[in-house]
Amino acid sequence: MSASANAEFRTCPETGLKVHLPAEKLIKVNAVTAVIFLAVGGLFGLLVALTRWPAVHLLPADLFYLALTAHGANVLLFWIIFFEMAVLYFASALLLNSRLATPAWGWVGYWLMLVGAVLANIAVLQGDSTVMFTSYVPMKAAPHFYLGLIVFAVGALIGVFVFFATLVVAKDENTYEGSVPLVTFGAITAAVIAVFTIVSGAIILIPTFLWSIGLIGYIDPLVYKVVWWGMGHSSQQINVSAHVAVWYAIAALVLGAKPLSEKVSRVAFLFYILFLQLASAHHLLAEPGMSEGWKVFNTSYAMYLAVLGSMIHGLTVPGSIEAAQREKGYTHGAFEWLRKAPWGNPAFAGMFLSLVMFGFLGGISGVVMGTEQLNLLMHNTLYVPGHFHGTVVAGTTLAFMAVTYLLVPLIFRRGLVLNKMAQWQPYLFAIGVTGISLFMMGAGTLGVARRHWDMTFSDAVVSVSYPAGAFLMMGLNGVFAVLATLGGIFYIVVVVASILYGPKLGDKAAPKPAPAAAPRPAAIASYGSAGTLKLPGTAILVTVFFVAFVLYYYVNWKYLAALWPMR
Amino acid sequence: MTDTARSAGAAEPIPFMQRILDNPFILLFLGVSIPAVLYLMWGVMEVASIPVAQ
Repeated sequence: MSASANAEFRTCPETGLKVHLPAEKLIKVNAVTAVIFLAVGGLFGLLVALTRWPAVHLLPADLFYLALTAHGANVLLFWIIFFEMAVLYFASALLLNSRLATPAWGWVGYWLMLVGAVLANIAVLQGDSTVMFTSYVPMKAAPHFYLGLIVFAVGALIGVFVFFATLVVAKDENTYEGSVPLVTFGAITAAVIAVFTIVSGAIILIPTFLWSIGLIGYIDPLVYKVVWWGMGHSSQQINVSAHVAVWYAIAALVLGAKPLSEKVSRVAFLFYILFLQLASAHHLLAEPGMSEGWKVFNTSYAMYLAVLGSMIHGLTVPGSIEAAQREKGYTHGAFEWLRKAPWGNPAFAGMFLSLVMFGFLGGISGVVMGTEQLNLLMHNTLYVPGHFHGTVVAGTTLAFMAVTYLLVPLIFRRGLVLNKMAQWQPYLFAIGVTGISLFMMGAGTLGVARRHWDMTFSDAVVSVSYPAGAFLMMGLNGVFAVLATLGGIFYIVVVVASILYGPKLGDKAAPKPAPAAAPRPAAIASYGSAGTLKLPGTAILVTVFFVAFVLYYYVNWKYLAALWPMR
Repeated sequence: MTDTARSAGAAEPIPFMQRILDNPFILLFLGVSIPAVLYLMWGVMEVASIPVAQ
């Protein structure tokens, strides 16, 4: 390699990884931008929760729907996908010891994403694009709302192709041997799903934009729904793949954990690639225009294979942690490895909480909702946002927050400040999000509609009343939303303060003990399995999960039987 | 495959499944074409086959 090419690299003193400086810049800028959109979207989320809290009922109807639109776009798309770009560049250039292919195109992608996201936000804040995240036709937003989303998607697609090009460069320049590391394989999974997501978005949003400026006369609402959910739900499957990759990355960096079996974990990711996007169909389970065959194949057959992938990861991630801890000598009883895990390290704590909550809250409820018959119990109720706050917020957002505590020293070369606040942050956020998810699902089970400004129906001609328990749950949802917001503020304060005022690490390793200490490069940047299945603690945890899963599944069948009794 | 077995077996043919998993562009093709056919095309054909109201 030439001297000028070498000048573009530094060697990370903590991990020994070769860091391509243009890639590092792109990781930094995408991560920082992501956090800004999280702050904006989180603020709108708080306003939504305070309005749906019956005793507070903060916003008037028009501003409520505006805030709901802004909340959905900023957190479900902009925060997550900017951060995923950082993950893709990290998992390709850094983990493969490679240069990033065409950093200039990476910047083009970044600027397009930023312009698109700002444009969509402007359209929403102007008040004439209050169409919510789904923007179902025939509701019509301002043209620059659709244009903003299209420009954002084009930018993201460029970023994804820079990632694929980097894989080719790394292979050609022999920067790694054999197969890519598992974390990179998880990122490939996310990138594949991203391509399908963005193509689906282009197929439907470009004609919708043309419709908004009058060049097309009609968009069929059901075709719109089918294709839009190819984007809308698949975009959340990018998150699942990315945050599972982040779980493996944190376990490897903090504990040196290797996957139990590389083959099994890769096959689980392959299940995602083949089947996860098909779960988009569960949004259309109540549509009379779609056949039983299409609904049942895409949800109750194909989706279960993707769920199998998630359950494999649910076994192998804690299993790899247990194997690593037992190797260090934590072998007493079934759970010494877990008791003596680094719970004061926000990266580990956030990752493990994300894993547990994604499985118990988002995972189980997702399977229940994806069952056609059971879906009727909660379709378009608050149960749906309860479910996806369990997946996207408790699962993805918390995992991304957790990995930030490693990225700040590794990429920004700054030590963390406000360590106590950092240590508390994942717990505070997790408690808040657990409450949000559970109470919204509870209210939804009692029939409370989603996306509704006034659950008392005070101006309705025909009165409708929910049980008192539903009002209690919406109040508790508001309380826990405040807690989650505090957790979010803690995260932003710690990250911003660390990047601006944290001790500069330069060529030194992070001081130890620090909350995010001692990254271990070998496990994250190489191929290799732990090679043990003597994991009694993980076996017990997985059994508890299965019992909860089966019980909850059949409780819902019981509810359904009570709704439509057999005579 | 363990690390040791992997390095020792460098001359062995790479298993079919591993060749698929090691090729991101095959994965990209599968990950786009399967949902495009089973979800998008099948779904749009379902909508297109709904009789038009008289």
